[in-house]
Amino acid sequence: MTPLAKLLEAALFASAAPVPEEALRLMAAHAEDGESTLESALAELRDHYDNEGHGVELIEVAGGWQILTRPEYTEAIERAQLAARPQRLSAAALETLAIIAYRQPIGRAEIEEIRGVGAGAILKSLHERGLIDVVGRGEGLGRPLLYGTTSSFLEQFALRHLEELPRADELAIALRAPRPATPTSPVPATTDNGEAPPRAD
Amino acid sequence: MDDVNGRFEGATAIADSAGAEVFVVELAEYSGPLDLLLTLIRDEQIDIYDIPIARIAEQFLARISSLKLDEAADYLEMAARLVRIKAQMLLPRREGEDLWEDPRAELVRRLLEYQQVREVVDVLERRSEDRRGRFARAYTQQVAQIAVARPLTISLPELLSAVDRVLRLAKKPHVHDVIPRALDVDGAIGIVRALLAIRARAQWKDILPRKAEPWEVLSLLLALLELAKRGELKLAQPRAFAAFEITRDSSSEAA
Repeated sequence: MTPLAKLLEAALFASAAPVPEEALRLMAAHAEDGESTLESALAELRDHYDNEGHGVELIEVAGGWQILTRPEYTEAIERAQLAARPQRLSAAALETLAIIAYRQPIGRAEIEEIRGVGAGAILKSLHERGLIDVVGRGEGLGRPLLYGTTSSFLEQFALRHLEELPRADELAIALRAPRPATPTSPVPATTDNGEAPPRAD
Repeated sequence: MDDVNGRFEGATAIADSAGAEVFVVELAEYSGPLDLLLTLIRDEQIDIYDIPIARIAEQFLARISSLKLDEAADYLEMAARLVRIKAQMLLPRREGEDLWEDPRAELVRRLLEYQQVREVVDVLERRSEDRRGRFARAYTQQVAQIAVARPLTISLPELLSAVDRVLRLAKKPHVHDVIPRALDVDGAIGIVRALLAIRARAQWKDILPRKAEPWEVLSLLLALLELAKRGELKLAQPRAFAAFEITRDSSSEAA
């Protein structure tokens, strides 16, 4: 490996959290390794892990890089009680998180409106888990708290950045009519605001 | 309703075979009224743009009434909404009225929006599952929180000798003989009544025997509280820790 690749490996090994790309870039600038750039060194390190039989791999996540164990060893590591998988989030928590990820900054009332269920306890637990944070206060009555996702959210959901989530208009709407449209019940396309036009009967 | 239940049972065979208990478990998986509604629509293969509101409303009610739901209020709100839409659908429409707005439109919009949320949840679930299967370095703090205690490997003689060691270190316990003494509240009530029959007011020390046993003190106290509750006397304490005054309650005397 080139000196820069080895330096980056050491830096990534030393850090528990993903190392931001700017931090690595700064290290690369100081390393004065004439033959490799940050990009080529990271690619080299990744290939090294992938092709030379390693138990870890290099992952790009949350705007940075991180060395993680390979999934095939998870069970053995857990059985040996060296590490434990974090608990799964409930469906309700995931829904709330999805709404926040797409609509941030967003207030509690709007989240409850979309889900049709109170969100107080879930927001508290998501906040405690560091997945969301208060990012500001809204206009309007009581200046409600507005929530947004954190970099820990990106990390725990293996996202490089928020744009990696499917765009709202890419989401298929899986509730199309199961039977062909008839004159008495036409299946109109949704308009821009998602409302079905009135029925013509 | 019979007809509704019939169809409803047909739609969820798991619940049928295993009884109502399974329902609760199954429904705990619904994350809210919209989730339940979407499931009903999907199970019944209904066109979301032309929801048979009457049928869905009845099914929705049937499902929530057979369950104990934690977020009952949210489900009931949706049930009320469905019933209202159902009523609006029944209102007569004037011939040739072009500007009729489908009362279901808002519900359809919310369902579609919620459906999108569910799709994002699927994406998030897949990704988090992938990430959960990989460990980063320096995971130790989280391990410390979740760490499961290893099962003890200890033989019975070892355990018994450990107990023996501990017992030998412990002091001999003091053994008290506790003599049960029942309180005599009824007797005390008689004493207080007799006193108040002669005097309109009395003080605590008047009714207490000179060298009262604790059980006598307690009996009298309970008797006073009981009589005060029944309205036969009034208790007053002019200031904290002062002796309290017992007054015959004149209003009850008349009765």
